[in-house]
Order: sequence, then structure tokens, then C-alpha cells
Amino acid sequence: MPEGAVSVSRSGRPLSDRLDLRLIAQMVAPRSRVLDIGCGDGALLDILVHEREVDGRGIEIDMGLVTAAVAQGLSVIHGDADVDLAFYPDQAFDYVILSRTLQATERPREVLAQMLRIGRRAIVSFPNFGHWLVRWKLLCTGRMPRTRVLDRPWYDTPNIHLCTIADFFMLCEAEGYRVESWFGVDEAGRKTPWRRNRWLANLFAEQGLFLLARG
Amino acid sequence: MTDRTRAIEHQTMVFDEGIALDCGARIRPLRVAYRTYGRLNESRSNAILVCHALTGDQYVSETHPLTGKPGWWELLVGPGRPVDTERFFVICANVLGGCMGTTGPNSEMTDEEGRGLGRPWGIDFPPVTIRDMVRAQAILVDALGIPRLFSVIGGSMGGMQVLEWASLLPSRVFSAIPIATAAYHSAQNIAFHEIGRQAIHADPNFHGGRYWQHGVVPARGLAVARMTAHITYLSEEALTRKFGRRLRTGPMLTFTNDLFEVESYLQHQGSTFVRRFDANSYLTITRAMDYFDLAAEHGGSLAEAFRYSPVRFCVIAFSSDWLFPTAMSREIVRALNAAAANVSFVEIASDKGHDAFLLDEPDLFRTVSGFLAGAAERWR
Repeated sequence: MPEGAVSVSRSGRPLSDRLDLRLIAQMVAPRSRVLDIGCGDGALLDILVHEREVDGRGIEIDMGLVTAAVAQGLSVIHGDADVDLAFYPDQAFDYVILSRTLQATERPREVLAQMLRIGRRAIVSFPNFGHWLVRWKLLCTGRMPRTRVLDRPWYDTPNIHLCTIADFFMLCEAEGYRVESWFGVDEAGRKTPWRRNRWLANLFAEQGLFLLARG
Repeated sequence: MTDRTRAIEHQTMVFDEGIALDCGARIRPLRVAYRTYGRLNESRSNAILVCHALTGDQYVSETHPLTGKPGWWELLVGPGRPVDTERFFVICANVLGGCMGTTGPNSEMTDEEGRGLGRPWGIDFPPVTIRDMVRAQAILVDALGIPRLFSVIGGSMGGMQVLEWASLLPSRVFSAIPIATAAYHSAQNIAFHEIGRQAIHADPNFHGGRYWQHGVVPARGLAVARMTAHITYLSEEALTRKFGRRLRTGPMLTFTNDLFEVESYLQHQGSTFVRRFDANSYLTITRAMDYFDLAAEHGGSLAEAFRYSPVRFCVIAFSSDWLFPTAMSREIVRALNAAAANVSFVEIASDKGHDAFLLDEPDLFRTVSGFLAGAAERWR
């Protein structure tokens, strides 16, 4: 078969072994309906579709990544989480996933509300601005901290709404969302041992990963 | 030239019972001219219908018998191409109202009993809609013994047919690829078409549409219609790149008999077009496009047109297409999302305008082949 012929294009890409994606995939029930917001080239969707047999859809703002995902046979649209979620009907999905993207949206609170309108559950991960290294760098250098997770200078970062794990708990409470489970994870996505203690997680976890439902 | 288009022996199928049209008329018999490429598999699960645009025809992937030019979508459809004819059974039919062998204004007029009246329909051909075109295609697909199409693909007016197929016959379409299209024709689209129609009407050889009685064709008018339309298919950038302000007649302006290359190109487009196209067909088909409004067929709601749709969609737009701009594709996508349908959507970066869907666009090819591969995995 010549390159690009239909029968080989999907098997061409091995499924990602990124731990953070694996951890999210484990939170999703098999054969459910899933929307992945900011799905990139569809690495997580690929895992979900192939290993959990979900009916998976994606939204991505970067056109190059959308084309790559669709060329993998995934159902992905070019769109913007801040705008396009409004066009989905209520409860259309079992899970709506927003992985490492919440802090880059213009209106995170509205995006969360939309997620829990169109999905029965929301899975959200975000970099934890309360991590000790972030605090330490700000305290010691007096400059905007840059870490493995937050690796861009302040003037060139898409991350415009950063928060800590403690902040996120407070928002969930204020909005009346039920936190069904949560983890503090490191940059690679490994669960961290202090995941049962909010205060420790807020200090030592590089990312927060939450499974939410409407209260 | 009407005679020339009729002189060629096209592959056709004739349906004596004819077809009932949206306007209330019935045309009988119905003749559908079509071409197929590749082989239908035993489970009849590999059929793809290609829908052609306003001035296209069924010769998708072979040398055109009239013009001698390569098939209009040979880049996309053929052996080893994204729509691989070694794997898929590809069908393309000339649209109802066309002039490449399917019943249209230059076919012999028939009465209600289907008896020939010894003259072409001409201007008396009943108005047809995109939905009528789709029904005619469905009659052919039935006759070919295909219960469900693996995919329906088309650009521009072909994309309108794709949307109509998915909406009208969702159980008979597994996947749909509407490209560079819209769910309705905009005021601007209609306006450009009207210029073309007026040019045809203004040609003294038009004779109120009965030019066949006089042994002439309204070639000037049809050529102007084509020239206007052709500009809408290109972007300003593409025109500038191809022609700029270069002169055909010499290195610099003389202010007498100067001919810009872009003029010469348009004139060529116009004059070659009239050799293969019938003016009354042009009037009929542009009207069908103007009438098209999928939401209006469903109480004003486009989402309603796709309610509970089992079809997998891949909507494709081109960034420099100002005739069917990306915003119109996005409207389709939002309606499909509102209907919770399965949809992919890409806007391909191209400076080639509306015409891009016919041209060498690697991202288009990657998207189509990837989407078809993903759909094939899920065929049930």
C-alpha cells in the first residue's frame, strides 16, 4: 500500500504511554461518551477509543493538531473552548475532559460550568501554582516562577488563569460541584503519596487532577 | 454546442417510473448518467458516492470524453488516492438538470405518460432542488444494489448534496464529507448567480430559452456567466500570483489593444466552458443552489436536520474561500454539535480560494484518507 493509504494510517501511531493521560483514561468508564477539550493531536482520545472503547470527540484550537488528529481517524473539530461549548446540548457526554488547559481559557469558571452542563462528569487537570518550587522561586528571586510545568516566560505564556489546588477546591465549593475524586500528581502524571491531604498536595503536587460532578 | 454535449454516448440507467420533484411535477422517464470506479465488494459495504459541483459531471477520475482533460477529482479519487478505487467502489452521477446525459433541459421533453415530444425541455424543464438531485442519485444507488453508502463526498454544490443525503436518508449514509460548502446559499452567492443568469438572458441568441429552435446557443452570455463565477472560485491572492498585472500583448502598456493575462485567462475559461455546458442547465442548476436552505426544510433549525443522526461527519473548509467561507462550515459544525452528531472539522490553510478543494492540497488528502480509515474501523 502506498503511504497515506487508508488501511495503514491509524495503526501507524503507537498509543501514548504518558502517565498523566493513562491516569485520566483510568477515570473514564469503558464505552462511555467523552469530549476532550484541547485534545491536541488526539493522544488521549486514541487511548480512550482503542482501550476503553469510548465514543470520543475532541476540540482543539491549533489547526495543525486538528488535522493530525482527524488524519488519525479521530472525531476532532477545530474550535475554542471559550466559545464552542455553548453549542452542545445538555448532558450530551458522560465525561468532558479538560487536561492542562483550564488555566489557558479566558473564562475558566464559565468553561467549567459548560463542561458540567454538557457532561455528567468533568475531568480537569491543571498546573498547581501552590507547588513549593513556585512559591520558593517567587519568594527568592522576586520574579515570575518558571518550572517544568510552567515553562514559558510571563509575556509569552498561554496560562492566564493560574490557580492552586486549594483555590480549585474553593471554586468547586462555591459553584456547588461535587469532587468525586482528586489526585495530586507530579509533572509526569504520577500520583503522589500525599494525595489524601489537601494541604500537602497543595505544597508538593505539580498538578491537580479532579473528577467533578454537579452537586 | 448543445448538440455536441448530446452527441456523446454516456453510461446511463433509465427509470421508467421517473421521479417526483419538490415542485410537484413528475419527470418520466428519469435517465441518470453515471460512472463507477473500482469494484463493489461482496458485503456491498465499500461504496462511496461522489457528488459533483455546479459545472462538474460524472467523469471524476478518467479523461473527459468531451474535453479530453483529466478527471476533475483525479487528485482525490483513483488508485492509491485518498479515495482509493482499489479499495472503494466509487460512484458519481451527473446531477438531475445537468447536461452530461442525466435528464435535464437538453433532454427530450416528455409528457406525463413519459412519451417523447420530439423537442428538448429547454426553458420548460421544471425547477429542481438539491433534494431532487439527491433523490435521483438514491434511485441510481438503489438500482446498483447498495443498501448503505460507506461515504458521500462532495465539494461546493456537491457538499450541499452531501448534507442533504445525510439529512434526508441518514440510514443509508455511514459517513459524510461536505467540503467547501454551506447549509444554505447566502445573499452574496445568489447575487453572483443572478449576474450569470442575467448575462445569459441578455444574449440575443438566448431566444427566451428556446435557442434550440434557432440552431444557436447563447455562447456569449454563458461565457460571461462562467467568467463571473470563475472569479468567485479564486482568491485575490491566487489571481495576483497567477497573473498579477502582466500583459498578454507585450511588455508594457500601449493603451491600444492591451490585453491583461487575467483577461485572456477568463476569456479562455468562458469560451471552453460553452463547448461543454448547456445554458438552460446552467440556469436550472444555479437556481437549485439558490433555493437550497437545509434549515428551512426543517422548521428553521439546522440542528433539527441532523437530529439523532447516526452519520459520521467530516466538515472541511479552506481559509481563503470567500464564496463558501469557513464561518458557513462552522455553522454546520455547531448545528451538528447541537444535534450531538459525530463530527470532525478542519479549516485547511490555503490561499487558493474556493477552488482549493479541486487542487493539490496535501492537508485535504491527509484529512480525507484519515477520516475514511477511522470510519472504516467503525463500519457496522
